[in-house]
Amino acid sequence: MAEEKDILAAAAEKEYSEGFVTDIEQEFVPKGLNEDIIRTISAKKEEPEWLLEFRLDAFRKWKTMTPPKWGHLSRLPEIDFQDIIYYAAPKRDEDRPKEIDPALQETFDKLGIPIKEREVLAGVKSKVAVDAVFDSVSVSTTFRKTLSEMGIIFCSFSEAVREHPDLVRKYLASVVPVADNFYAALNSAVFSDGSFCYIPKGVKCPMDLSSYFRINASGTGQFERTLIIADEGASVSYMEGCTAPMRDENQLHAAVVEIIVEKDADVRYSTVQNWYPGDSQGRGGILNLVTKRGLCRGEGSHLSWTQVETGSAITWKYPSTVLMGDNSSSEFYSVALTGNYQQADTGTKMIHIGRNTRSRIVSKGISAGHSENSYRGLVRMNPGAQHARNYSQCDSLLIGDKCGAHTFPVIRNANPTAIVEHEATTSRISEDQLFYCNQRGISPEDAVGLIVGGYAREVLSRLPMEFAVEAQKLLSVNLEGSIG
Amino acid sequence: MENLLEIHDLHAGIEGKEILHGINLTIKPGEIHAVMGPNGAGKSTLSAVLAGRPDYTVTSGSITFAGQDLLAMSPEERSWTGLFLSFQYPIEIPGVSITNFMKAAVNARRKARGELELSAGQFLKLLKEKMAFVGMKGEFAKREVNVGFSGGEKKRNEIFQMAMLDPLFSILDETDSGLDVDALKVVADGVNALRSPEKSAIIITHYKHLLDLITPDVVHVLKAGRIIATGGMELAGQIETEGFESING
Repeated sequence: MAEEKDILAAAAEKEYSEGFVTDIEQEFVPKGLNEDIIRTISAKKEEPEWLLEFRLDAFRKWKTMTPPKWGHLSRLPEIDFQDIIYYAAPKRDEDRPKEIDPALQETFDKLGIPIKEREVLAGVKSKVAVDAVFDSVSVSTTFRKTLSEMGIIFCSFSEAVREHPDLVRKYLASVVPVADNFYAALNSAVFSDGSFCYIPKGVKCPMDLSSYFRINASGTGQFERTLIIADEGASVSYMEGCTAPMRDENQLHAAVVEIIVEKDADVRYSTVQNWYPGDSQGRGGILNLVTKRGLCRGEGSHLSWTQVETGSAITWKYPSTVLMGDNSSSEFYSVALTGNYQQADTGTKMIHIGRNTRSRIVSKGISAGHSENSYRGLVRMNPGAQHARNYSQCDSLLIGDKCGAHTFPVIRNANPTAIVEHEATTSRISEDQLFYCNQRGISPEDAVGLIVGGYAREVLSRLPMEFAVEAQKLLSVNLEGSIG
Repeated sequence: MENLLEIHDLHAGIEGKEILHGINLTIKPGEIHAVMGPNGAGKSTLSAVLAGRPDYTVTSGSITFAGQDLLAMSPEERSWTGLFLSFQYPIEIPGVSITNFMKAAVNARRKARGELELSAGQFLKLLKEKMAFVGMKGEFAKREVNVGFSGGEKKRNEIFQMAMLDPLFSILDETDSGLDVDALKVVADGVNALRSPEKSAIIITHYKHLLDLITPDVVHVLKAGRIIATGGMELAGQIETEGFESING
């Protein structure tokens, strides 16, 4: 009979059904990064002068910076930033510039992303508006018109620059400064497309908004920029998903997401991250190095982060909230699953500035195979954060004996009335649990999926329904091969 | 009729230590056998080996179950073939509801047997029926498997699962230990309800109370890894009045 370590043997192949490549004619800028490349990207997007200056300023700052080394990410390679193509876009059919290329339509069909409104209206799924980004450009945004009737702006970032330059200029880099960190500076210099949404005063967005990011071209990186603004009393639920082809090379994804939440507004931001994680030997996969931050600026504002991280060879990501407004609150709910040779260093920062601010952190790490999974968090109570409270819970689940789980929580409390609580647990899937399931006829693979799903339930239950189903499937699929 | 279970000269143990020193046992379809014995006799080892617990090793002997080589089957294959073990110490699975757990179990078995999965409606009907059978209220279905259950609730949950899976052959490993009179009745009713000319069971116990409610066809006494006596209910009576010491093979 097999021993536990055989049953829970190091991960083998993972199924990655989104690993296909779309054969489509694309245009590229030359490989490498310099001011000319930035000018070319800006010109392609027909950007105003101020935005070109913003990019060049970011580039000059970036050149003086060095990549952060503090992550527990031994497999993060030295990236040759001159060996990356910074802009790739499918060529438009000159005769039919408004139409979506059939190859793109087919790609998003395969991925189950509805990029035409009638697909959504005809379907049984709940209504969701989609901004679909393919390499460096947004190829379709649905329900723009319906939403605009309520004053909601939902469009690609490039369109927002053209149509709402004042809003973009006002909020861009207002939460993540250009030189915030090495990758944010890089993104500020070369960002191509992403989503923009603005919910006006008092408006509750009638449908979920979502962005779907697809990397397709080889040798490229993706640098999207997303900006979400919820004005006073507004509310919105926003979701993002992403996938990429299977390749032996690493591809860089360095995004910046900024969220501004005004008085009494409510933003729920959900991510299911499914970038290509690399193969069973750790070859290839996306290097996911992103900066996401929200500012709860107004009194009583609320921002909730929910993330399910299953993909990427490397994940370096800390969706954070600055709680500036009095009585503002924020949550960070995370499930990070690593298998094979994946490494994830992820967590959050909760910066309490206002009075009576509240934050809650629930992090569930799951490590299998030879992976390394780290929670890194900062809870800071500023001197003015009277009666602020934080509760953090960091759980780690280990599958097999060749993986690692780590937690790096930092607490800085400068206000004696503030209360910070932290709990942490580490557990394994026990042989007893597996055998109990097996005895009931549940196969070892299904048993691991079931046990992991139960472990992550508190976080999965926070996701919008269809996203939760998708996430549950991903957890199971990504654990396939992590046993016997 | 063919035997449902045939154990021949079974030697088995754990961590290199032999606990069962040559067990022979034959169970016909429809029969209920009781296995009694003092602590450390090897009762739980016998149930673990039958269910295929990975940490137990069979050193020699054979087990035929429903005409197949049981020892060549994985634990889940044994389950699909109709073997059910009521655990002496049921295991907690945090975050997994009874409903989801049983749905996975019932449908895994149906799939393995080439049957269609139950629809949500069919499954819920079955769930409600069996919950009523063991006297469980509606909220039970939402509870996490064995998490925060009292000892009695855990055993009741085992009998509930047995009823859900409707096994050909059940092993009750000290399911009666520590139960009050009401819970004991639930266990006995569970076993009696499963009685049919095809279905069999092994009841492992220290005590005669449960056997009074079930009335096994055969009673075995297991001591120091060997079956030292086989008889009827009179054997259980003798153990109750005179103790295991009174029986010598």
